[in-house]
Amino acid sequence: MKSNDPHLRLLPAPLLRQGMTTPSAMRDVILALLPAVIAGTWFFGLKALLVLAASIAGAMAVEWAFTPIEKRRNAIGDNSALLTGLLLGMTLPPALPLWMAFVGGMTAIGLGKVIWGGLGTNLFNPALLGRAFLLGTFPIAMTTWSAPGVGFFDLPSSLLALPFQSPVYDAVAAATPLGLMKFEQKGSDFLNLLIGNTGGSLGETSGLLLILGGLYLWWRRDLDWRIPVAIALAAVIFSSALYLADSAKYPGPLFTLFSGGFLLGAIYMATDPVTSPLTPRGAWIFGLGAGLLVVLIRVFGGFPEGMMYAILLMNAATPLIDRYTQPRVFGRGGETK
Amino acid sequence: MSLLGSLFQRSFRHGVHPEGHKEATVDLPIQRVPFVQRYVMPMGQHIGVPAKAVVKVGQALRRGQMIAEAGGFMSTALHSPVTGKVVGIGPYRHQDGSFKPAIEIEADPYATQRIEPQPPKDWEAMTMPEFVAEVQQAGIVGMGGAAFPAHVKYSIPDTQHIDDVLVNGAECEPYLTNDHRLMMERPAALIRGTEILLRKLGAKRAIIGVEDNKPDAIEILRRHLGSRSNISVVTLPMKYPQGAEKMLIRAVYDREVPAGQLPRDLGILVNNVGTVVAIADWFDTGMPLIERVVTVSGPGAAYPANLIVPLGTPVREVLRFCGGLKDETREVVMGGPMMGAPTASLDVPVLKGTSGILAFTEAETRTGTEYPCIRCGRCLEACPYFLNPSRFARLARARLFDEMKGFHLMDCVECGSCTFACPSNIPIVQLIRTAKNNLRSRPNEK
Repeated sequence: MKSNDPHLRLLPAPLLRQGMTTPSAMRDVILALLPAVIAGTWFFGLKALLVLAASIAGAMAVEWAFTPIEKRRNAIGDNSALLTGLLLGMTLPPALPLWMAFVGGMTAIGLGKVIWGGLGTNLFNPALLGRAFLLGTFPIAMTTWSAPGVGFFDLPSSLLALPFQSPVYDAVAAATPLGLMKFEQKGSDFLNLLIGNTGGSLGETSGLLLILGGLYLWWRRDLDWRIPVAIALAAVIFSSALYLADSAKYPGPLFTLFSGGFLLGAIYMATDPVTSPLTPRGAWIFGLGAGLLVVLIRVFGGFPEGMMYAILLMNAATPLIDRYTQPRVFGRGGETK
Repeated sequence: MSLLGSLFQRSFRHGVHPEGHKEATVDLPIQRVPFVQRYVMPMGQHIGVPAKAVVKVGQALRRGQMIAEAGGFMSTALHSPVTGKVVGIGPYRHQDGSFKPAIEIEADPYATQRIEPQPPKDWEAMTMPEFVAEVQQAGIVGMGGAAFPAHVKYSIPDTQHIDDVLVNGAECEPYLTNDHRLMMERPAALIRGTEILLRKLGAKRAIIGVEDNKPDAIEILRRHLGSRSNISVVTLPMKYPQGAEKMLIRAVYDREVPAGQLPRDLGILVNNVGTVVAIADWFDTGMPLIERVVTVSGPGAAYPANLIVPLGTPVREVLRFCGGLKDETREVVMGGPMMGAPTASLDVPVLKGTSGILAFTEAETRTGTEYPCIRCGRCLEACPYFLNPSRFARLARARLFDEMKGFHLMDCVECGSCTFACPSNIPIVQLIRTAKNNLRSRPNEK
């Protein structure tokens, strides 16, 4: 007797899934970052794109080389190395020698992710870890900023410096708004901060476009809104208090929000799900802590910028936060576990 | 009223919003499946102890005659779905793939299959133990899918008292419309059954909880209730798993059933609409549980339908009645798409707990690429029990089952919301089931 039944599968329930997948979430973040990347290219010229490309290439190369062959397709296909490279690139000075950007990308994935066991297992944000490595290794190159608005195809000689050679800077270095504030107590024009027409890392300057991208991610439900909101809240409260105490010495809350890497960090880096707390309550604690730290470092620390260290420090606290913010299980009174 | 209602909609917290997919069958009246040649009635169609056969091979049967008696308190009777004769008692293919003891019945092709209506039973004169025994005799179980013997829920210890009867018309599983159609087509029986339970249990009031995607059912029920004050209909926003007993209680009464306790500890009895209608049928017409409403649907079903199916009808015959399966069918699920179980064979029978027969195609059954957990926390926001599914999945992969128990693994009801929400395609609830089965199968442990 021949059966005409279809060959039935036994996939266990639930058979339905919501539409979003991990690669599509990563792709959404990359899409959200594109306007700020284009703005960075507009202000800093072609060299910004080259730095980004070098950083992405470094990240992808390490991801490819250190993933077992049978997992390569998925590891490259999940867009996570691409995103890390892009985020790292956006935090770099536009005239950084390309080989340094490449090394930064390699470090970000190699030390920031692969060594921990791959996607989902790392403690620190890989892009920020890569940046911290670069800042510690090449402090001069990492703090030499170029002014926006030079010719689009101008490539400074520092950009193409050979590996392991000290770069020679031919353009006059420009200070970032944060540097001006820190070392000369000078404010910057708010409109320029908003659109990004200031010195700084190549992707962090355009506050407006970064916020728009963040709104897109929130609309796509790819982003835990609590973290950026908490960071902004803590930073605004803390910096307002300082500003009210001495407005000549300390920057105001608006400057705090729109200068340096604040928005890039708060919206795109602190919200990295891998390195931020799982629980909603944890997200609030994480965000408030990072917001407090960033103002603390900027105002009282030795560096003009504190976003990177603020996030990395809170990354380190994430397992602890998670441990103490587990929600109360349904039907179990005061127990938390 | 409706504006005010939408502002103060009651529900439980967390949960997910799968698409309803109910439009294929929601407007189709319930049809009766014709009698077929052969029926298989497994002894264990309910949770608990299997029933014990009281018939012999070759014995002639009337439709509705008892063929197996309860095998204990946590057990319930079985009745013949047709007039015919017993042709076999032995192991038959069950929907989980195993062979289980069952009674095979061959229908008499010349019988009318008509049941003479019995005079209504005088349930008001019965004592509570008599009432419980009657329900057990009728073979009535929870019709929502779990098939928990109904009489067990009605045996309330003397120290407790039921104040509220909650009728579960949430039907939160996608695709299924059997409860919806039952509420539309048999509102009088539903209200009658609720009335019987109210009076017998001495409860003060009853609430029928219905999700707001069934406005027509809500309207019909309200019309039938008229000015009655002890039974009311409560509209709930659509959310999965609202039909889970404890979630429904949270949604309707805003109360949490403590872990390890039962709704009756709060003075609440929850019954599915199908169960309540079965109660009314037994006490008013003497009709035991020998058939049930089944939704046949899904993208692989040629002609989706809501059907009254005699228990024991092979799934193949039910599908044949509604045009069979499309060629692209890849999987057949008994029950809903979120909590149902796939079947490997179409020769398994429809059981007391079979709420749906759903056919799925390539699109639903492809095993998508699994990515690493990125700790996005979506499973935490989906879990109605506020557990940490991502941690469970990680621990289950490491086979740290005892550690999982410490994180209240056994509170999980396996609703699958976490797995639905997971963007990395991790089989979280499947891993949880593995862990639970492993813990349960250990000797000297429970």
